[in-house]
Amino acid sequence: MKKLYLNVALFYMGILASHAQIVSPVPAKADTANAAYHSKKLTVDEVNFVSAYYHQDGNHSAVTGGIGTELLTDFANTIDVQLSNYNKRGRKNTFLFELGIDHYSSASSDKIDPSTISSASKSDNRIYPSLNWTRTNEQTGNAYGFTGSYSHEYDYQSFGAAFNLTRLSKNKNTQFDMRLQAFLDKWKVILPVELRPGYAPGKNYEHDHSADGSAPRNSFSASFSLSQVINPRLQVLIIVEPAYQHGLLSTRYQRDYFTDGSLRAENLPGKRYKLPVAARFNYFLDDHFIIRTYYRYYMDNWGIRAHTAEVEVPVKLTSFVSVSPFYRYNSQQGTRYFAPYGQHNPNAAYYTSDCDLADLHSSFVGAGLRLSPPKGVFGWQRLNMLELRYGHYMRSTNLTSNVITLNMRFK
Amino acid sequence: MNKKYQLYVLLALVAFSCSGLASCVSVKPYQKNRLNDAEMELRARTAQKFEQSFQLYREGGSGANGGKSGGGCGCN
Repeated sequence: MKKLYLNVALFYMGILASHAQIVSPVPAKADTANAAYHSKKLTVDEVNFVSAYYHQDGNHSAVTGGIGTELLTDFANTIDVQLSNYNKRGRKNTFLFELGIDHYSSASSDKIDPSTISSASKSDNRIYPSLNWTRTNEQTGNAYGFTGSYSHEYDYQSFGAAFNLTRLSKNKNTQFDMRLQAFLDKWKVILPVELRPGYAPGKNYEHDHSADGSAPRNSFSASFSLSQVINPRLQVLIIVEPAYQHGLLSTRYQRDYFTDGSLRAENLPGKRYKLPVAARFNYFLDDHFIIRTYYRYYMDNWGIRAHTAEVEVPVKLTSFVSVSPFYRYNSQQGTRYFAPYGQHNPNAAYYTSDCDLADLHSSFVGAGLRLSPPKGVFGWQRLNMLELRYGHYMRSTNLTSNVITLNMRFK
Repeated sequence: MNKKYQLYVLLALVAFSCSGLASCVSVKPYQKNRLNDAEMELRARTAQKFEQSFQLYREGGSGANGGKSGGGCGCN
């Protein structure tokens, strides 16, 4: 019997010994484990191409003091490339590079100096690259990042910088986002031709544009948003975005006509404080209908108050195809400095006839089509999503516009 | 719209938001299939960026919609 006990004991020790020969895995920290699984090479996550054509017409141009054509077209394109990799601690680095190019033509721009009309309607290009870097802890969802941006067009240059921060609750049902941004802009001062020094009607006039000079316009804003999952079908987002601008906030080539028949270039205060507060509610009604709503209240120190409400109802025709009709309504109480053509008080310090800043209400109605089949749009695997949107805009100041947008996402 | 009415609208918005937050339940990751649907994205759609851009120039109010609050003009 003793032999049997001895054999069992030896057999058991043999088992233990055989285990002892296996190299037991070192208990790894969560981050180290992530690093083992994630590629450190920079890889392309997705590429978005957005292209839009915008066309507007109206008869209250601010360049000619509140009368005249507002005909404008804009062909706008952006491409953004999102790349990512993981550092040694398993944190995700995301790089988002965006390049935008607009080509626009504005009939009213020709009215700044009618003697130099270059075409049926003056055209220009705007180019605006930007780069964002964000570092994310994928376990907690917390992230922070920085953005640098630039924008250039004929009479306007802008340098921008931003810092963004994201914090998630432990159960990931609450998310707080903060964004601080600054735009340092420089605007070439262009006056209407009849207000330029040395100009006399009917006489030969050659303007030296090098003497025009420029003026700064700086914008600083903070954006605080809180999103909350309410239940498995409803989530909400609240946004507060205070902003402050100073510098040349008036558009100096826009004319203003006074009750005494005089004419001056637009003049507005050099400081502007804005406070928009907004909320979004998204509700998954059933397998076919989703309700997206948005409301914003806006106020600033120029006296503008506005309410904006939007509703969009995506209808899922299949799991991968949806049609989204939408309607947006905006009601605005205009700035105290606005008066229509020829109705400005000659004693006023600030004045504008820009209808964008006037009492108005507007409607924007349209629909979007979204395709995201698992085998790629039109069978092209790399084309992950395609969205086409069309909207028609009607403003109470007789301005109408149409915009059509195409968004293609490649993965 | 008078100031009193604007105040009521804001108060209603805050009250509705607070009541919504108070009634929220802890939703587990496996219960979020509907919330993770692309159509439920809380941000504005990418395809809306140009719509918001022209609305920014054609209306005095801007911000709090995912669009920028300054930088670049494009305002003719």
